[in-house]
Amino acid sequence: MKRDNTSRGSLSKIGKRLLRHPMLLVISLLCAVVYVAATLYTPRLTGQAIDLIVDKGNVDLGGVTRLLIVFGIAVAVSAVLQWIMGVCTGKVAYLTVRDIRKEAFEKLENLPVGYIDSHSRGDILNRIMSDTEQIESGLVMSIQSLVTGVLTVVSIIVILFLESLSVASVVLLVTPLSLFVATFIAKKSFAYFREQSRTRGEITGLIDEAVGYQRTIRANGAEAAFAEKFEKLNDETKKASLRAVFVSSMTNPSTRLINNIVFAGVALTGALSVAAGSISVGDLSCFLSYTNQYTKPFNEITGILSELQNAAACATRVFELLDENEQSPEHEDALVLSPEEISGEVRFEDVSFSYVPERPLIEDMTLAVKPGQKVAIVGPTGCGKTTLINLLMRFYDVNDGAILVDGTDIREITRQSLRGSFGMVLQGTWIKKGTVRENIAMGKPEASDDEIIEAAKASHAHSFIKRLPSGYDTVIGDDDGLSEGQRQLLCIARVMLRRPPMLILDEATSSIDTRTEIVVQDAFLRLMEGRTAFIVAHRLSTIKEADVILVMKDGHIIETGTHKELLENGGFYKHLYESQFVRTSDSEN
Amino acid sequence: MKRLLRYMKGYRVYAVIGPLFKWLEALFELLVPLVVASLIDKGIPSGMAGDTSPIWRDFGILALLGVVGFLCSLTAQYFSAKAATGVAAELRSAMFNHMQSLSYTSLDRIGNATIISRLTGDLNLVQNGVNMFLRLFLRSPFVVLGAMIMAFTVDVEASLVFVPAILLLFAAVAVIMKLTVPRYKEVQNKSDSLYHTVGENITGVRVIRAFGMEGAERRRFHGEADDLTGFQIAANRISALMNPVTFVIINMAMLILIRSGAVRVDAGGLTQGEVIALVNYMSQILVELIKLANLIITVTKGIAAGGRIADFLDTTTEADELIVGDDGGIFDDDIAVSFEGVSFTYPDAASPSLENISFTMKRGETLGIIGPTGSGKTTLVNLIPRFYDATKGNITVCGRRIGNIPVDELRRMIGIAEQRSNIFSGTVRDNLSMGKTVSEDELSSAVKIAQAADFIEKRDGRFDAVLSRGGKNLSGGQRQRLNIARALAKAPEILILDDSASALDFATDAALRKALGKLDGMSVIIISQRAASVRHADNILVLDDGEAVGFGKFRELLESCPVFEEICISQGIEGGVSDEA
Repeated sequence: MKRDNTSRGSLSKIGKRLLRHPMLLVISLLCAVVYVAATLYTPRLTGQAIDLIVDKGNVDLGGVTRLLIVFGIAVAVSAVLQWIMGVCTGKVAYLTVRDIRKEAFEKLENLPVGYIDSHSRGDILNRIMSDTEQIESGLVMSIQSLVTGVLTVVSIIVILFLESLSVASVVLLVTPLSLFVATFIAKKSFAYFREQSRTRGEITGLIDEAVGYQRTIRANGAEAAFAEKFEKLNDETKKASLRAVFVSSMTNPSTRLINNIVFAGVALTGALSVAAGSISVGDLSCFLSYTNQYTKPFNEITGILSELQNAAACATRVFELLDENEQSPEHEDALVLSPEEISGEVRFEDVSFSYVPERPLIEDMTLAVKPGQKVAIVGPTGCGKTTLINLLMRFYDVNDGAILVDGTDIREITRQSLRGSFGMVLQGTWIKKGTVRENIAMGKPEASDDEIIEAAKASHAHSFIKRLPSGYDTVIGDDDGLSEGQRQLLCIARVMLRRPPMLILDEATSSIDTRTEIVVQDAFLRLMEGRTAFIVAHRLSTIKEADVILVMKDGHIIETGTHKELLENGGFYKHLYESQFVRTSDSEN
Repeated sequence: MKRLLRYMKGYRVYAVIGPLFKWLEALFELLVPLVVASLIDKGIPSGMAGDTSPIWRDFGILALLGVVGFLCSLTAQYFSAKAATGVAAELRSAMFNHMQSLSYTSLDRIGNATIISRLTGDLNLVQNGVNMFLRLFLRSPFVVLGAMIMAFTVDVEASLVFVPAILLLFAAVAVIMKLTVPRYKEVQNKSDSLYHTVGENITGVRVIRAFGMEGAERRRFHGEADDLTGFQIAANRISALMNPVTFVIINMAMLILIRSGAVRVDAGGLTQGEVIALVNYMSQILVELIKLANLIITVTKGIAAGGRIADFLDTTTEADELIVGDDGGIFDDDIAVSFEGVSFTYPDAASPSLENISFTMKRGETLGIIGPTGSGKTTLVNLIPRFYDATKGNITVCGRRIGNIPVDELRRMIGIAEQRSNIFSGTVRDNLSMGKTVSEDELSSAVKIAQAADFIEKRDGRFDAVLSRGGKNLSGGQRQRLNIARALAKAPEILILDDSASALDFATDAALRKALGKLDGMSVIIISQRAASVRHADNILVLDDGEAVGFGKFRELLESCPVFEEICISQGIEGGVSDEA
């Protein structure tokens, strides 16, 4: 029952958004009314014409022609209206989905980074794109059929009652049966379809894994084992598919059977009425085509129902996203930092933070970084190094305590200006689809060509960019053939261009080959001059150059000091240093 | 499509029965207007005369036609569904097996995304296409033609209008489709770029926010979304013509039909009931043609997907590419791996990735391979199990040329822990044994060496603990250790660690190396970016830009190989350091 409510809730939310285009809806509705009237009027006209065609020598040709002229006009009008209606309902559907997508994207830009970290990319992408696509096709398919269908059914019942009680009662009696069969099959096939998509999902999962990790499978000679697993799922999928396809394909024959029975019933009662003289043959012909028109919406109803069901399910997922909490709003009088004026002093005061309440990560961390200091953060994986970056950039907010930049709590600084004061190079490089120039000028779109080239030269990216097919205008993106090292150089060039007062480097040079690394290190050193820098580092050279080394373990800073001091202390750092950079005492003998 | 017909083989009978019953059903449907005509022309006059039995008889026939038609139709649907899902299952299985036998070059060239879409989306399109084809594609033209023929049997002169009407209808449908197809292609392109933008904004969230680009991205998205909607509305304007245009054509034909029918009745060539029958045939044609139009789309999509699947099934497999010779030779236990003047160029690549590599590695030795990214380290080890064949030179494993060892046997001898630790969904045991029977002891010793014992012991169920796809419930270091344990569980002659310990913290890395050092008889190749990880190797091969620039012991190389020296200096390891501790 609960799900029903939510899907009904989503439908009403879609409805509300449809209402934002009232003009189009009104036009569609008006067109629908006139269109339905015209389509109902035409069989009457042909019926009347047939009544004028009785027998040899007993045909009112003039009357037939007059009726047919009216018929032609009615057809033309209804065709034009049908087109306008199609255009308008389509437009409403497309515009509504566009609005929902814009809302969803807006949401994406305002969601806390934590949401994006904790949901898979595919999941979010599906909600914003595929699910909305499903809503779209649901709307396109159903709005028009629903409106014209309901109008048609109601009007035909009314007309039949006015014209012939006996024919009307035959139609009315069979209607519930028709509805019952349609919904029964819809329900059944919905269940089978769910089963089909479950098995399909499973087999897709296996295929995805087998293809993605094919090289691992090959290297371990596990092809046969996977083929066996696959065959089992394939068989299940085949069976589930057969059931779903067959049961759903019963809809048309079943409703057609009922229609045919209605048709026969109308023919019987109609013919008897004609024989009794209460209606004409033309009336009968008209009733028969009404019967066909009347049952058509019932044929479509199963299709529409499943479309709507699907659209509602997808809409629920979209609205779930839209209902997510956004990142905390900016303070009303939040400070706007101007990068030129910042000295670069950073303080952590009793900072506590955890991603999940059950697992505290950083606890009571206090640290003062003087302007221009280089802070190297070292420690085993999972010790909270990247978390520090998340907090400094306000991708996440601290749970307790405060981080201060130049004495101001960063929560009282606009996110934009805070982030603008940091230059960040992350472990995983990210290249936006666009030209090399656009990618470098990302944080400074107004930069001149000279500035861009200078930044590229300073980060040693210029030489490979020059060799790209169109130099700085080469379009790059996901699969552009750039090496990971080259991508990283571009990311460094981005920061070079902005020269922000503070830097965050997350194993910045880990993917660049050793010799390029030496030059880049050199460029970084120049960039870091006079700037406060936080560096998550694995490399001894970086660590040695640092003013302060933070040794982290399990979210705590367990040691601080310079390389020399820490070695003399003989603590955890010394242990780390020796196991990584120096021969361990027991490994060779 | 023809190439795929053999997969229909087992379903030929179904594929015949399905349409056959569809035809029967259509035939019964075509009889309905005739019965109605008899009802009007004979039943009603007789009813007026007081005998309603002909009316009841015609009613009975109509109802019977409905029931029989229903049964035929159910039979047809069942067999069509059986054929469609059966063919789909055969194809899916054929594709999966083909995928598992593709050569590495084919795998690289086709790409994972394409393979997956062939096996899923395209396959579903084929299934729908086959199903619809069997169910409707044969029925609809039959009904259209049948209705026309039936109309002609009623009255030739009045029915002449059917011919131009049907031709006009086909022409109208064809023109509208021709106009809409390119427009929907544009819509698809716009939609793809919107997908791309959203995807970029998810993966790049940190950088976008760090650079304060949210506003610009929002504007870009809005622009693209508006663009897409514009194209959709434009395309819809044309495709919305389909119904009204067909409606007008049919009704105009109806108009002419009634008019000429009136004249014929007046002249005594036709009865009133027959006019009604003709009108009914006309509406049957309308209904079928509309179904047909929707169907053409489904079937063309299915055919296109079938073509793509056929192309996929034609790609070369390993069996096509890897020729196994026979030297009748026996393995020489002394030399684990040797390269003699080996060069390798990836297909379609301009320059070689490896050039003239020669070295020898004795049994039980450890070989370190070091060099900058892109220097050919992974490429080199990929040649040993023949994932790719060297373009020049000779490679031997245990003294035998690898081209003369059956591929299965060769690969059984080699355990590789790849750079990326691919963890399958399933238990720890599944992941380690990879479909083979591995004893509990072997598993235990493998995980112990790989330093994975501690965290596996902590998990509920130990070796039966369930891992999620990609090892999402493991840390990076745990995945790597499991990956190494997997290679060890094979008990290979030659173990290759392809930079597979990079996420391990220093202490664990050292412990792993120590444990590996104690293995007797196993030859180990360690690829690393860290000089520290290879320093105890018996020999180190230094690669730079596909060439071997150094081969020897750590200390020797520091003196003789400038590239190696640079690497060490950049990592803070200098000649003196090693002597300190």
